[in-house]
Amino acid sequence: MAEPTVYELSVAGRQGVDLPLLDVPESPLPDGLARADNGLPELAQLDVVRHFLALSQRNFGVDTGFYPLGSCTMKYNPKITEELARLPGFARSHPLQPPETVPGNLALMHQLQQWLAEIGGFAAVSLQPAAGAQGELTALLMMRAYHAERGETGRNQVLIPDAAHGTNPASTAMAGLDVLEIPSDSRGNIDRQALRAACDDTVLALMLTLPNTLGLFEEEIAEVIDLVHGCGGLVYGDGANMNALAGVMRPGELGLDLMHYNLHKTFATPHGGGGPGSGPLGASDRLRDYLPGPIVVAKPGAALEAPEYAFSTPDKSIGRMCTYFGNFGVFVRSHAYIRMLGAAGLRDNSYHAVLNANYLRVKLRELYPVPFDRLNMHEFVCQGRPEGSDVRALDVSKRLMDFGFHPPTNYFPLIVPEALMIEPTETENKETLDAFAAAMGSIAEEALATPERLRTAPHETPVRRLDEVQAARQLVLIDPVTGRTAVEG
Amino acid sequence: MAYIPHTDAERAAMLQAIGLRSMTELFTDIPEGLRFPDLDLPPPISEMEVMREMRSRAEGNLDLDHHPCFLGAGTYNHYIPATVDDVLRRGELYTSYTPYQPELSQGMLQAMFEFQSMICRLTGMEVSNASHYDGATALAEAVLMALGLARGKRRKIILSPALHPQYRTVVETYLRGADATVADAGDTPGGAAALEALLDDQTAALVLQTPNFYGQFEAVERLAAAAHAAGALLIAVADPISLGLFQAPGDQGADMVVADGQPLGIPPSFGGPHLGILTSRKAHVRGLAGRLVGATSDAAGERGYVLTLGTREQHIRRERATSNICTNAALTALAATVYLATMGRRGLRRVAELCYHKSHYAADTIARLPGVKINPQAPDHPFFKEFVVELAKPAAEVNRILLAEFGIIGGYDLGREASDLEQRMLIAVTEMNTCAEIDQLAAALRHATA
Repeated sequence: MAEPTVYELSVAGRQGVDLPLLDVPESPLPDGLARADNGLPELAQLDVVRHFLALSQRNFGVDTGFYPLGSCTMKYNPKITEELARLPGFARSHPLQPPETVPGNLALMHQLQQWLAEIGGFAAVSLQPAAGAQGELTALLMMRAYHAERGETGRNQVLIPDAAHGTNPASTAMAGLDVLEIPSDSRGNIDRQALRAACDDTVLALMLTLPNTLGLFEEEIAEVIDLVHGCGGLVYGDGANMNALAGVMRPGELGLDLMHYNLHKTFATPHGGGGPGSGPLGASDRLRDYLPGPIVVAKPGAALEAPEYAFSTPDKSIGRMCTYFGNFGVFVRSHAYIRMLGAAGLRDNSYHAVLNANYLRVKLRELYPVPFDRLNMHEFVCQGRPEGSDVRALDVSKRLMDFGFHPPTNYFPLIVPEALMIEPTETENKETLDAFAAAMGSIAEEALATPERLRTAPHETPVRRLDEVQAARQLVLIDPVTGRTAVEG
Repeated sequence: MAYIPHTDAERAAMLQAIGLRSMTELFTDIPEGLRFPDLDLPPPISEMEVMREMRSRAEGNLDLDHHPCFLGAGTYNHYIPATVDDVLRRGELYTSYTPYQPELSQGMLQAMFEFQSMICRLTGMEVSNASHYDGATALAEAVLMALGLARGKRRKIILSPALHPQYRTVVETYLRGADATVADAGDTPGGAAALEALLDDQTAALVLQTPNFYGQFEAVERLAAAAHAAGALLIAVADPISLGLFQAPGDQGADMVVADGQPLGIPPSFGGPHLGILTSRKAHVRGLAGRLVGATSDAAGERGYVLTLGTREQHIRRERATSNICTNAALTALAATVYLATMGRRGLRRVAELCYHKSHYAADTIARLPGVKINPQAPDHPFFKEFVVELAKPAAEVNRILLAEFGIIGGYDLGREASDLEQRMLIAVTEMNTCAEIDQLAAALRHATA
């Protein structure tokens, strides 16, 4: 049964919260500016509570069950970090308060900048980008400014491997630059011959996802980076998959010029149904002056045991990417997470993320072909069409829901037909992985014996398979019900 | 480690299944010299210790629970009903990903559909996306969208001088990658004629903020008509609380309305995460950035919701997408959804009325102080909840006295934007400020400027 919308639940005259009486004299409203109806629904408080509780029961999160969504790092988000981000000193401080009234916030941001720089191997970090894609755009604008300052304005090509996330080419277009796609080779690495051919004085940068979206670490990474640097281009690291590497290696030491971190992946902040996230950007020495500001710097001259901090904008900064300082509430959660884990804990995360992914690959590869079947990092890609069947990755995904699992990412990366991209993360136990593999096994059997069972899946969810074509053809983007069923006196 | 469940025996069994003997063998593809660095991070601590450490750090800050606050300038201290956080703490919602698998995500999808519906009604618009990062980035996307709709034939963007200065700088950063110019109407705020004079056949969009950075309403209808006569679009930045009581830019002719949704049930949180609101006309929906939720039906004919028009987005269209946005602000949009449902039609109107009357009481009270001017930039323009006070002393100095002697967080020192405004302060008054606090502010200002 469908849950009614807030407009269907609305009855004129109701209100969900009482507000204080006016304790000052009324002032006349300006002529002609007031509106008769603001268009909102009218619900009592219990109606609101029951409605959203019902909606939560029609949703699946990491707290509900296994969520092996590739490249999204759906790991457990420690509950304590939710408590911490809600402390009034953090949640109830205003971004324009004089900095000396919020020393705790500046210290926290400074420490997080330092820790991320240390983990990634970069000279400096700006916390400002609000998400990974915004980190990419920031980086592209910085690299553009870097080359422009050197008079190299002819550099407008950005080299992007064909396995890259869609945000890479989309960010490139937003930065006013051109995409040149580089194919992958038979082992899932960048095709170095194609890369070599592309490297000339029109290259602004290479965008390199590390490990790549096949879950593979570039086997000849030093050569790849040298090729691009050799033609005067820069190398940008997409850190979306850093959960394989934190504590295991520092990507900056490879010679990357920039890299964004996804705090909502590697550093365990909740995905929130799609956001908010945070995409801090690390920069090498030669690019740090272009970072967006303000960032937090230590005030010179303060005593070592009583450091003082201030906001400062780097000399050649490209400007602001968002208001204020970025998603501070996300910083609090990741700061606490890194503090609790330390270097050894971060390394343990990567160990177990990679262990879990390889374990699942080995368990599934007999049933679901793995096109690049070698040691993978935190995720791997198999084909969601068991040998001898003609079901699709989508059918397998939908059927997994009936077994109580969230499906893997499907149809990505684009270079693998019927792709299922599986990222278990380190926080899942062996029983869960075994149960998932068993479910995938049952589904593979069904694919041959009763494929209709898959094509009509899911069967056990709050709604059956939804008609996405109808949604796009007959656009209904707002509720046709207005909640104005009763006329007020 | 509490967040990693593996026992030694399980680890050994799993390694054996893979055919390896040690965990380090998992990383042989990484260049040998770079493997396993010693990171200079503090030693790990427990949850109990991190709570103690972080609490001590938080308590080193002054916060709005313990100090009367008159600071606004884009981030406001509004009441958040308890229903909001109750919903935000549901693990099924906040630990979910983008609802690409709709059958497991009906809760988030329906909430986003309700968000779109309520935001459209509130702004007077026809289409709202499912959220953007913040108000300034929503504006930057709207500007890029206007340039896109002009298909390269119009490359000029006019920004009102009374636009929030940080919004201006974010738009300028985003335009670094676009072939476009920004025209400025100088630094005389509120002058509709100056903006009209800049409109021409090269203009893709005129950007207004209403109430503007100084808290005053703009002549949206007049400027929308002028923009349309020149073939340009009008983009309005709104305060969502003012829309509870005052006319919606969408009903006044705006082609896009954007806003920062922080006032709708989201704590200030030192500036983020907030919520970007981005709306447009239905005719422009295919040029809109970000996710959209649409209603549809399932295989059994039941109503359900899905992400729709994905062909605008980066994961399908790549370099031809309308934007690069992926992660958005879904959870703060959920907060706004619960906030708007809780407040409802009467509640939001009431919040706006309280802000209006209290801020006018504050302006009237402060106006009686010697040597003070209210809204010197445009004294006759109506305002909503924020106004400018010109003082006899630098605002920074006055603020120091307000805080040190009265424990009050004063208004925004406009000298931080332009040195010739150093004696002006932007004061925000919301439903959270009591009459007693306002009287105390006036007394403190009298003392501080004496």
